[in-house]
Amino acid sequence: MATIKELAKKDELLSGGHRLCAGCGIPPIVRIILRSANGPVVASSATGCLEVGTTIYPYTAWRIPWIHSAFENSAATISGVETAYRALKKRGRIPADKDIKFVAFGGDGGTYDIGLQSLSGALERRHNFLYVCYDNGAYMNTGIQRSSATPLFSNTTTSQAGEVIQGKQEWRKDLTRIVVAHNVPFAAQCSPHNWADLSKKAEKALAVKGPTFLNVMSPCPLGWYTKSEDSIKLAKLSVDTCYWPLYEVENGVMKVTYKPKEKKPLAEWLKPQGRFKHLFKPENANLLSAFQARVDSEWQRLIDLDGKQVY
Amino acid sequence: MAVTAHTKKAALTGNTAVAIAMKQINPDVYPAYPITPSTGIVEDFSGFVADGSVDTELITVESEHSAMSACIGASAAGARVMTATSSQGLALMWEMLYIASGMRLPIVIADVNRALSAPINIHCDHSDSMGARDAGWLQLYAETVQEAYDNVFMAMRIAENAKVMLPAMVCMDGFITSHAIENLDLLSDEEVRGFVGEYKGRNSLLDTDNPVTWGAMVLQDHYITFKHQQSEAMTRAKGVAAGVMKEFGEKFGRPYGLIDAYRLEDAEAAIVIMNSAAGTTKVVVDDLRKQGKKVGVLRLRLFRPFPFKEIADALRGVKVVAVLDRADSMNSFGGPLFNELRSALYDLDNRPKVMSRIYGLGGRDYKVKDAVEVFEELLNISKTGKIDTMTKYITL
Ligand SMILES: Cc1ncc(C[n+]2csc(CCOP(=O)(O)OP(=O)(O)O)c2C)c(N)n1
Ligand code: SF4
Ligand SMILES: [Mg+2]
Repeated sequence: MATIKELAKKDELLSGGHRLCAGCGIPPIVRIILRSANGPVVASSATGCLEVGTTIYPYTAWRIPWIHSAFENSAATISGVETAYRALKKRGRIPADKDIKFVAFGGDGGTYDIGLQSLSGALERRHNFLYVCYDNGAYMNTGIQRSSATPLFSNTTTSQAGEVIQGKQEWRKDLTRIVVAHNVPFAAQCSPHNWADLSKKAEKALAVKGPTFLNVMSPCPLGWYTKSEDSIKLAKLSVDTCYWPLYEVENGVMKVTYKPKEKKPLAEWLKPQGRFKHLFKPENANLLSAFQARVDSEWQRLIDLDGKQVY
Repeated sequence: MAVTAHTKKAALTGNTAVAIAMKQINPDVYPAYPITPSTGIVEDFSGFVADGSVDTELITVESEHSAMSACIGASAAGARVMTATSSQGLALMWEMLYIASGMRLPIVIADVNRALSAPINIHCDHSDSMGARDAGWLQLYAETVQEAYDNVFMAMRIAENAKVMLPAMVCMDGFITSHAIENLDLLSDEEVRGFVGEYKGRNSLLDTDNPVTWGAMVLQDHYITFKHQQSEAMTRAKGVAAGVMKEFGEKFGRPYGLIDAYRLEDAEAAIVIMNSAAGTTKVVVDDLRKQGKKVGVLRLRLFRPFPFKEIADALRGVKVVAVLDRADSMNSFGGPLFNELRSALYDLDNRPKVMSRIYGLGGRDYKVKDAVEVFEELLNISKTGKIDTMTKYITL
């Protein structure tokens, strides 16, 4: 695994000057992953903040070949690119010793929701690619609407906290588990505050043959109603409160890659975020404790699986 | 598979003929999803892959939306890409059809025309490809199995022409053409190779030394420029199509044009129609001609770009025209072909009278008697100078 010094020496493949918000979690995620590839990379992106923020014509922040075609099909699009690569290599139009890595990016909306079918199809077909979901917990690019990744009780523009309903009423979809159920050789959850863990997992995922997957916590100051400078701190809190556990499933074996020495109360992650403001009204104390209880049981489920063959 | 590359004559269904055309082209990538009545194409092709008679990468994706998405990814990677679909499949691709043409990717698909739900129906009409008529794709239509087979090669050449660079749709009638066995002449593999040549897409995503960004966000300052360029390419495609069809005729002895004008020279009344129903109409024309009636048929082979000038020239002397659409625009003013064709005639000094007849939806038979009735009505209008009903469903 590369050290931070080695990583820093590698080419910057996503240039500065893009239009993602200050404090957005997406750029560090993309940059760390691209740096971990150890060779040429071709990427696709789903419609969303990453795509819009990096490519307003005639500018582009991408220093690698990159394609966006639509919202729900980052996986299907990259599967076409990767298939063309195999076809052209077979026909001698690409040198036999040239090894290209393929990465598909998508937001949580483009992955958990509208793109779930195309992701599932591409995983099942065993294309040789890495899918990266940057999960900021809502459709941010279109103005913070709820997705199936949105945390419980989160206030979004389509799951508002009002007089009678306190934000989103459903627990988030466990996408990483769904991906693992496709028997992929490698799937993991990561967070940009732990660059070493993210980079190591990206390196592993890109070295493996077959479809691999990273689900990455991606702070969004705009949609979380947080300060730009707090993003990485909040990413860390999502992990230290065990809301967003870091783990990997390699060849079917579960490994929790980070266990906080001291599990922090969930409220420490929620409190600084405007989207959870209503949970701190005295009359909503029961909601807060229900949320905490669910986080505890999900964490326990994971700990019980640690080191075990899960498929 | 009984047919081999050096068999020149064969009796084949439309689907198998198109599958063989695709085999002879041997594209780099074929993302596939089955739907009646086009399924035979991918089934035959899968056999070719299994036998090793093609080395195309066939990917059996999980939907037509993903099929077209994968076509786009593969084509942007510089590959030659083909697929086939029908009806709901084309409808599900709709979003991606615009992206393929907007990215100027010369993907070729065979669309085996089938009605759209609801009610669900598997039989022929043209609602599917007509629904995609503004998607920026070239559209070629075929009367026979032979023509469907030949159109595959011509579509590829037109699409990949550097002056065009637009995707193309090769349409034939579901079941009527796709499942009917017809005798046809096949080209040899060498002839196909010579005609379609090699394709090497520009700005390939796989050229990692020269990275390009495909599918950027384009705002008010440039979007219309892209669309203008695309529109100009569509305009240029007409001349390119005429050239490719001429070359095909000269090389292989089967001449084709943008339109097929049948006994129109001195015609008083004409039916305009597309695909297989033109065959029935031509039989009726021959019969009526024997009775001294001056009737003819105009069949469009190319619908996109719309050969408006050729149409106007062909119908210049005709007094009354019925445009038979196997699709309805649901605008209460006639089918899509009718609306465009009527507009194409507007600038003629002596415009024919034109009426709309919608026929054969969901595979309803279009029979000799139906064509006879339309011609009788036309000849009557020619005498009275009066159209009673501008738009009407027939074959009800
Ligand atoms: C088919 C389709 N439906 C809806 C949209 C509108 N849309 C564009 S981006 C987006 C939300 C993206 O959310 P997510 O995937 O979470 O990415 P983020 O914006 O958070 O980066 C939506 C709803 C679209 N472009 N295409
Ligand atoms: S809205 Fe959120 S996800 Fe989008 S660019 Fe801004 S911070 Fe990033
Ligand atoms: Mg999102």
